[in-house]
Amino acid sequence: MSLLAARGLSKSFGGLQAVAGLDLAVARGEMLGLIGPNGAGKPTVFNLLSGFLAPDGGEIVLDGRSIVGLPPHAICRLGLARTFQIVRPFPRMTVVENVRVGALARYPRAGEALARAHEVVARVGLGTRARLPAGALTLADRKRLELARALATGPALLLLDEVMAGLNPTEIEAIILLLRGIHESGVSILLIEHNMRAVMALSQRIVVLSFGERIAEGAPADIANHPKVVEAYLGEEYVRAAPA
Amino acid sequence: MRWALAGALVALVALPAVLSSYALTLFILIFFYGFLGQAWNIVGGYAGQLSAGHAAFVGVGGYTAAMLSIELGLTPWVGMLAGGVLAALLGAIIGYLGFRFGLRGFYFVLLTVAFAEICRIAVSNIDALGGPLGLYITFTGNPRQFQFQDGRVYYYIALALMLVATLTAWAIERRRFGVYLAAIREDEAAAEALGVNAFKYKMLAMVVSSFLTGLGGTFYAFYLFSLQPNTLFGIPLSVEIIIRPIVGGAGTLMGPILGSFILTPLAEISRLYLGQGGLHGAHLIAYGLLLIGVVLFLPEGAYPRLRRALARRADGAR
Amino acid sequence: MDLTLVVQGVVSGLLFGGVYSLMAVGLTLIFGVMRVVNFAHGDMMVWGMYLAYMFATRAGVDPYLSFIVCAAALFGLGVLVQRGLVDRIIEAPHEMQILLMLGVALVLENVALVAFGPEPTRVRSPLASATIWLGPVFVDVARLVTFLVAVALTSALWIFLFRTDLGRTIRAAADNTYGALVIGTDVRQVYAIAFGIGAACVGAAGALVSPILPFQPPTGLSLSVASFNIVIIGGMGSLLGAFVGGLLVSLAESLGAVFLKPSLKELFSFSLLILILLFRPAGLFGRRSA
Repeated sequence: MSLLAARGLSKSFGGLQAVAGLDLAVARGEMLGLIGPNGAGKPTVFNLLSGFLAPDGGEIVLDGRSIVGLPPHAICRLGLARTFQIVRPFPRMTVVENVRVGALARYPRAGEALARAHEVVARVGLGTRARLPAGALTLADRKRLELARALATGPALLLLDEVMAGLNPTEIEAIILLLRGIHESGVSILLIEHNMRAVMALSQRIVVLSFGERIAEGAPADIANHPKVVEAYLGEEYVRAAPA
Repeated sequence: MRWALAGALVALVALPAVLSSYALTLFILIFFYGFLGQAWNIVGGYAGQLSAGHAAFVGVGGYTAAMLSIELGLTPWVGMLAGGVLAALLGAIIGYLGFRFGLRGFYFVLLTVAFAEICRIAVSNIDALGGPLGLYITFTGNPRQFQFQDGRVYYYIALALMLVATLTAWAIERRRFGVYLAAIREDEAAAEALGVNAFKYKMLAMVVSSFLTGLGGTFYAFYLFSLQPNTLFGIPLSVEIIIRPIVGGAGTLMGPILGSFILTPLAEISRLYLGQGGLHGAHLIAYGLLLIGVVLFLPEGAYPRLRRALARRADGAR
Repeated sequence: MDLTLVVQGVVSGLLFGGVYSLMAVGLTLIFGVMRVVNFAHGDMMVWGMYLAYMFATRAGVDPYLSFIVCAAALFGLGVLVQRGLVDRIIEAPHEMQILLMLGVALVLENVALVAFGPEPTRVRSPLASATIWLGPVFVDVARLVTFLVAVALTSALWIFLFRTDLGRTIRAAADNTYGALVIGTDVRQVYAIAFGIGAACVGAAGALVSPILPFQPPTGLSLSVASFNIVIIGGMGSLLGAFVGGLLVSLAESLGAVFLKPSLKELFSFSLLILILLFRPAGLFGRRSA
């Protein structure tokens, strides 16, 4: 049984069909990449899975339990945590206080939660900056913080929304290593990414979205030259020009 | 810091021995408004939900205890709790409507103002509650009726109320409840994504805050011996409630207390020198200017600024 | 139920609605351009009324003439408030803006209280006592003139915003501040002008209404509430919504006065506000919610 299974997921806004009858599954212990050109509906999928949006139709099952209609905080406590594409630190709290908010989901006592928060902070490499106010961090560090906060909730599945966006190649390498470590510790990961190198390097399997529908799925190597994928990203002319 | 607070507390307890009756009254007001401000602070400061209608809870609390005393002869000591409960009920209604319907920021402010004004107008128009002239409490000096010959008893009650509210805020601050409220204040959606049930915690804050404020209503009624709807439910009282924690530092433990120690004497002085009645407006002008000043120059309030300045002095001295 | 009373109420309500529309258009303009809620809106309007009062009593100028000066004076106040205060906290969290405007409201209301006293006043205008028959109903000439001038001003504003360069610049900045900055718009100046125009609207509205509505410093709050009612119904930031909303809310209040005890009129307004807050925060025409 998959850890997360979405079937027939749809969502439209006014006249625009953002997601149309999408089937998506994340196996236990898997790192799945979700890619697609802009406007493909990827952020909407995340919002649907994490409870920030209610689907028009379809079902979402997390660990055998339907989570459609549950509020985000309940879904988080059931083991699905997410980050935001535009990071949202709690600016007036310190790094470790930020992470503590996440830790409290798992450890309700404030003192214990703070201790766990310190552990997670160290694990993502922010140990030396633990007591800085979150508002003073660089973008790369804020991404780590966002990751640490979600991790502190002890999720079974982590939804990462364009975590590499805005980072330079060195920073990206560091995040890739960090994500590998998190994955190896047993957390399943579903990541939306535009950075192809990162997605190819990290994902065991990739799902490609275009206009709210799944157009391709498979191992990274298969996806790279898949004609539908090339067409979606670059348009028809390039499909003919692409090497077979 | 702890020693300073303990020392201050001992001093406050011992103070009545040396105070004139006027100074005693001043301190009673400082503690009372500090208490109301701290109660507000729980939902307005810590949870970040700006309520500009907290006077409604004072009114509900006060009128409940007064009516129970007048009609049923129920001792205000119990009536106080009844008043608090009814105020908490109103708070729960306002909170439910506001938070369920996703009212944030100025929409929520408007909601609270609307409810307070509706209470005020409704009570003004109900003759059984005394109508626009309000209710009067006959002076008996009987402690069972929450009346005391000796002003010092009021002093200690007001001090106790302020301590109760502060201890409540302190207890909240150091537990998960307080951390979650801070997260909600900073970014509600991000908090939700981390497992924080924002609705539940905002409701809790609102109920606790309105209960405490309702208790204050009884004190107000039986200390002043009269209740008028315009005074007890009106916007000027709501302004008095929020201005002290905002100036002192909303969302901090000492903010409301510091704010009351700064503003209450100032308000009293302006009342003395600028007279009653029409010129009562003058001290509200000062409040307005203060609000503007705080927003522009001291947004986190006096207490955090003071704490940092003292910390720097301590560092410099080492 | 006496039908003529109802019809009278409808006509009265619609005529008064012109002023409500003007008031609301001012508020929605400020919000639409700057995302700032002017809590001092009603209090600014009361100052428009007191200015008209002073012109009438000191200089003998009829409010139907002095409204232009009142509008200009309030324009100046609006620019001052925006440049001096709002501008500094435009990036700050919303709570700060709310508190700032509450502070401004407190200052305006209580300076008026100290300057003019708490007693209700009204401005005398020769037009105020004239009435004419319009079919089966009485129409106050004052109300009619007020309505016509208010509609004329709203139309003028419309033309300004949709047909002039400056107006287009203001609307562009409202729609997309960043984009406006990119093309070199002096956004701060646009904000100041927008706030000024918003204040000028209530300055004019206040003057126009001073002969027909008794006022005192606390009236500011009820006018602010009425403005919020209208703007929230019509959609925050929507000019058409503010205009239509003004007529609707005025109608509702007028009919409310026909059927309810007069002292309960305010109760009705506040209850309406709560219902509107709960059920229509996006408004009838609104594009965005705050």
